[in-house]
Amino acid sequence: MKQFLVFIKKEFAHVLRDRKTLLILFGMPVVQILIFGFALTNEVKNSRIVVMDQANDAASKEIITKIGASRYFDIVRTVMSHQQMEDAFKRGDIRMAVIFPAGFNNDLLHQNAAQIQVIADASDPNNATTLTSYVGSIIQDYQAQLSKTSKVPYRIQPEIRMLYNPQLKGAPNFVPGVMALVLMLVCVMMTAVSIVKEKETGTMEILLVSPFRPILVIISKAIPYLLLSLINVASILLLSVFVLDLPVNGNILLLFAESTLFIITCLTVGIFISVKTNSQQVAMLISLMGMLLPTILFSGFMFPIENMPVPLQWFSNIIPAKWYYIIVKDIMIKGLGFNAIWKETLILSGITVALLIVSLKSFKIRLS
Amino acid sequence: MGETVIKTDKLTKRFGDFIAADEITFEVEKGEIFGFLGANGAGKTTAMRMLCGLSIPSSGSATIAGFDVYKQTEQIKRNIGYMSQKFSLYEDLTVIENIKFFGGIYGLTNLQIKTKSDELLHNLGLEQEAKKLVASLPLGWKQKLSFSVAVLHEPKIVFLDEPTGGVDPVTRRQFWDLIYNAADRGVTIFVTTHYMDEAEYCNRISLMVDGKIKALDTPRNLKNTFGVETMDEVFYKLARGAKRGD
Repeated sequence: MKQFLVFIKKEFAHVLRDRKTLLILFGMPVVQILIFGFALTNEVKNSRIVVMDQANDAASKEIITKIGASRYFDIVRTVMSHQQMEDAFKRGDIRMAVIFPAGFNNDLLHQNAAQIQVIADASDPNNATTLTSYVGSIIQDYQAQLSKTSKVPYRIQPEIRMLYNPQLKGAPNFVPGVMALVLMLVCVMMTAVSIVKEKETGTMEILLVSPFRPILVIISKAIPYLLLSLINVASILLLSVFVLDLPVNGNILLLFAESTLFIITCLTVGIFISVKTNSQQVAMLISLMGMLLPTILFSGFMFPIENMPVPLQWFSNIIPAKWYYIIVKDIMIKGLGFNAIWKETLILSGITVALLIVSLKSFKIRLS
Repeated sequence: MGETVIKTDKLTKRFGDFIAADEITFEVEKGEIFGFLGANGAGKTTAMRMLCGLSIPSSGSATIAGFDVYKQTEQIKRNIGYMSQKFSLYEDLTVIENIKFFGGIYGLTNLQIKTKSDELLHNLGLEQEAKKLVASLPLGWKQKLSFSVAVLHEPKIVFLDEPTGGVDPVTRRQFWDLIYNAADRGVTIFVTTHYMDEAEYCNRISLMVDGKIKALDTPRNLKNTFGVETMDEVFYKLARGAKRGD
């Protein structure tokens, strides 16, 4: 046991002394969260829109206030003729117009249904879709408020629903994606490189000649990265809660437990790569090309798996990150419990066990 | 003397059709400095790996410090030290951290490590450098430190695989002083080398050609047998017949 502790202490010294590694280890998650959170977002902020309020009554005013308060919209003018509006669209001054017909509140109160016209600049279709759905959600929100205070079922068109994202945040999906990505990168690459480094420098031979058991060499190599990765998970979650305002809706302990499982999967992959390679460069290349790329492509984080050809959909099933991504999304965003994710957990565990057996086997073969 | 610490009988290692080590038979006594010579590819490393318990022999038998190479590799590992041709300390750890680490994995107590490391640093004159990173030391010192770490746990036998590669003659001489010291304390030294002047320092030498031991005697007797002046010539005479090269 003492031998084990001595070894782990040494591993920590390696990691903590290497400034570059440290920077990658702790800087990367922060940078990725910030990049994905602010730069690479597909959410549309501060879009200039006009609102034409021909009704000018209580209901329309309240909705306009709501739209104005949203950080997605920037209301430029509230009164405009149809001609002026058309010109503004043509010049590209505005992206969307929201028009309340006269007697909006009246229609709503007496016919229980009212209409709002939303005109969007569809020269950028993605942008237009996003904007209209934002407005739709705000109207939906208002409607829900009305329904709370009254038993009459009010209906306002258009009706668009934003499931699991009631606060109208753009794309909360990227946080689970970044978690999968960072853990994959840290655990696979760092363990693979650190083990191969010992082979390269010849210290691995010394360790194998010592009475310290080979299996313990591998385990003590992996443990520091397990701990450091858990710190990474914590820092990503903190960033996501405090910087991106994205709370963890589910059980945080469950999230950490599932993350630990995924970290172990990644460490096993790292060990496997290290057994099969003999130089740090090769190990790094395999980790990046062989693991990171499939993770980005097939986890469902950047590209929807449903849109892929069937063979690729099938292939995506062997990518551990895909399952972890689903698990984190379910816990963190949908707030689901273990009942909802036991299947994914089981698959992930299966992949881990299989990888573990294969790497330990090839490690033994190398010894004899 | 008289106590045999390494004993092999027809020890053989095959890789498919290739016989890397072919029926190697020899004995080494306690406190002896045993030179293990041979051209590149002669099978030295393979033989050494079998003796260290890193590789299972294909046939034949061997005991190291009284332990069987097939069944008792764990006990063997506890009783040997090893220094490879690659410099094998951690460059990003300090001198003292390296000592503590290797002492630790051999199961020495903290007190033992403390006493041993003080002694070691004193002997090598490295007290000032104890807290410096190993990477900052000159190669000669690294090699000496590496050897001292390999014998830290007082092994019965220490295996040195071309320990002085790339080191200047003066440092090599100092390195051999360390080896003699260890041998005087009763540690058996098993060393491979390409330097024939180093071969002269050994008590006995074995010379491997194409996986077989072709000669085994004291350097003086070998020179007499072959009727030559230097070990270099002995080596050339024997190795010339080799079929395997690099």
